[in-house]
Amino acid sequence: MTKTMTDVVCPFCGTLCDDLEVSLSDDGKQILEVYNACVIGTEKFLHSQAKDRVTRPRMRQEDGSWKEVSYDEAVEYTAKILANAKKPLMYGWSSTNCEAQSVGHEIAEMCGACVDNTAAVCHGTTLIAVQDIGIPSCTLGEIKNRADRIIFWGCNPAHAHPRHMSRYSIYPRGFFTGKGHKSRKIVVVDPRVTDTASLADIHLQVEQGRDYELLNALRVALNNEWLPDVVAGIPQEKIREVAEVCKSGRFGIIFFGMGVTQSLSKNHNIDEAIALTKHLNEFTKFSIMPMRGHYNVTGSGEVLAWQFGFPYSVDLSRGFARYNPGDTSTIDLLLRGEVDAMLTIASDPGAHFPISAVKQIAKIPSVAIDPHLTPTTGVSKLHVPVAFVGVEVGGNAYRMDNVPIDTRKVVDPPAGMLTDEEFLTKVRDRVKQLKGVK
Amino acid sequence: MANKISLNLISGRTIQQGVCIESGKEKPSYRTACGIIEMDPSDLRKMGAWKNTNVKVTSEFGSVIVKAVETTQGPHPGVGFIPMGPWANSVISPNTYSTGMPTFKGVPVTVEVAINEPILLGIELVQKQCGVKVG
Repeated sequence: MTKTMTDVVCPFCGTLCDDLEVSLSDDGKQILEVYNACVIGTEKFLHSQAKDRVTRPRMRQEDGSWKEVSYDEAVEYTAKILANAKKPLMYGWSSTNCEAQSVGHEIAEMCGACVDNTAAVCHGTTLIAVQDIGIPSCTLGEIKNRADRIIFWGCNPAHAHPRHMSRYSIYPRGFFTGKGHKSRKIVVVDPRVTDTASLADIHLQVEQGRDYELLNALRVALNNEWLPDVVAGIPQEKIREVAEVCKSGRFGIIFFGMGVTQSLSKNHNIDEAIALTKHLNEFTKFSIMPMRGHYNVTGSGEVLAWQFGFPYSVDLSRGFARYNPGDTSTIDLLLRGEVDAMLTIASDPGAHFPISAVKQIAKIPSVAIDPHLTPTTGVSKLHVPVAFVGVEVGGNAYRMDNVPIDTRKVVDPPAGMLTDEEFLTKVRDRVKQLKGVK
Repeated sequence: MANKISLNLISGRTIQQGVCIESGKEKPSYRTACGIIEMDPSDLRKMGAWKNTNVKVTSEFGSVIVKAVETTQGPHPGVGFIPMGPWANSVISPNTYSTGMPTFKGVPVTVEVAINEPILLGIELVQKQCGVKVG
């Protein structure tokens, strides 16, 4: 008889759904069905079972072909390129558990590496803004139970966080939100009529890149001051209507995403969004929360912050932690050609960095630790496949609201495969030997 | 007649992109999901192309061949959308303006019909641009 495992945590996005059910074969080795997950989460669990999965490390040869190597050989290569480099870069960390991140940071400290996570191309500018002016935030549970004004600004959870709306933000019936979506007003700000916008009471189709002006205009509207007829493509009447909707709520939340973090004004957009939230608290209760992408990018920021004091773009090359985005951030380091070895783990810069930065990765000694075949493994010298965290090994992860949740192991990895933490521990021990650290 | 048109390019997630990064970036389905540019029907008309035509998208940072599809999340005349991935990242701006963050959204591009040009697979596209020898 098949077994069903309940309360499984989904290792895909920052929503970190913890109500999945997975049915397993009689012997508990095969995942048969995944229930409650979105289509992306389901795919993650099922693809881990793929028959054509790479299960042993592979080294790229002179002729461009791959040669299978042992984990020990992979450990040796990784430890040597990191230990011998002047300024190695250890990037990724967002799709692995906090335990592996912590081991990785030990290696970084010994090698004087730069450590960065995927916030570099995601919510890095948010972190800068939070350091500028702070962040009045809350948990997703509070939103489910209390929030009656929901703003999605430059984010599209219908595509990127598919169950966010049903679990927390639009549909659930909470303690003070018993009528579910009927008790909430939804505002979406996006230059496209996204599938999230189609669920909104009000959609502000802002001119792309003009978010700062619109955020500022909303603050003006809150004070009933003069506004031009149109700001960022939105008529002033509409802006005043949204300001009134926000003021009249009991508890509001601004969720924001890449629409504001990646457009030209970057951290200044977030500064203004947080200032708007602060301003709204003069009238009612309002919070703001970044829609974090990878399921444990928040955890990477937490672990880096408690170990080195900064949440991303940490440079340990001088023997102490420095943080200066633009200088110590991954994209800039690569574009300036400062990095002479790179370890990528639990992320895919090959697919998600500007191509000019990827070209630099291809030029230097590089290791990609990833269960999948990706553009990053395609340009790296060594590919180390590992077990899927959240499917084949448990470990701690942080949800987008900074709530830590222990992910669960559902099945065993293919025989002989290491986890991120096991592989990094071996590398750490070898680096210790190479560096003469006791 | 086919024309070269100018658009403001943004990139971002789609649910198909999410499924395909989990189901295997080496597969053609990744190209189908992300090797596209979502365009407003009025822009397709301006360009003089039917939907599902291969086009060349060019910015000052590079160029890439993708399939022009009619947007399902529009109207958004003047705005082009390429799902995040190697195709979008071949043309977006790497400038971080000292924030660490490239400018993934709001890149001026031109789009023109390139009916005979092939759309490369994801890994192949990156390897080719990086000059990686493949055995």
